[in-house]
Amino acid sequence: MSAQPIEKVSIIISRGSLEGVYPGLIMANGARMEGIEASLFFTFFGLDAIIKRRMKGLKVATVGNPAMHMPTLLGALPGMSSFATSMMKKEMEKLDIPPVDEFLTMIHDAGGEIYACRATVDMFHLTKDDFCAEVDDVISVGQFYEKAAGAQIIFT
Amino acid sequence: METLILGGKSLALDKDGNLANRNDWNEEIASEIAAIEGIAELTPHHWAVIKFMRSVFEKENDSPSIRRLTKESGVDTKTLYALFPKGPAKKAARIAGLPKPKGCI
Repeated sequence: MSAQPIEKVSIIISRGSLEGVYPGLIMANGARMEGIEASLFFTFFGLDAIIKRRMKGLKVATVGNPAMHMPTLLGALPGMSSFATSMMKKEMEKLDIPPVDEFLTMIHDAGGEIYACRATVDMFHLTKDDFCAEVDDVISVGQFYEKAAGAQIIFT
Repeated sequence: METLILGGKSLALDKDGNLANRNDWNEEIASEIAAIEGIAELTPHHWAVIKFMRSVFEKENDSPSIRRLTKESGVDTKTLYALFPKGPAKKAARIAGLPKPKGCI
């Protein structure tokens, strides 16, 4: 018996660093490219990726990340995170990976749905106006599960 | 190796079911593959995408990413997904007689 193909994914993005946000975006876009339904649910610091005034300024975390292969004290130097971020953005551009704002537009135009987490929105005192136009709605956990019916849920 | 019989000709396919030989391709074969994929008629927009993909492949030996496709072929993302439902890059590559795109974007 062959395995059941994946037809729908619901991807949760909970972190606000550049490396915390991109995997979810790439997976959502990749799903749409394969004809798989996709929705994105941004929660906690992941919300930075859809907040208009923040989405263009996401940075790579250079501290507390052993895979950066950089001593913690060095990573903490002023400008280090910006430097690592600009290096990574250059490499991504070479691979044709778009900046966060353009990526969200691409996923949304491809039919992917984009949601913000109600609890976090309330906690950070945000309103719908703080978000980019691609955000379809601010929804509760319960609504998220309803929308995710039949989907594989991926937490990042 | 699997083959596809189109117009009385037997065409070799690769492991993904795309044409194994790019030179087997012509516009009639494209229309027939499209019909198999559920696209009844190839419109000028479809052709713009197909020809752009073939021209990039010709030069770079790989299909363009969706981002590049939408930026350079003049067909935007929404239209692209409407033209090739159920996976534009993969579908367009198959109809264009090219292998499945390698990239993730």
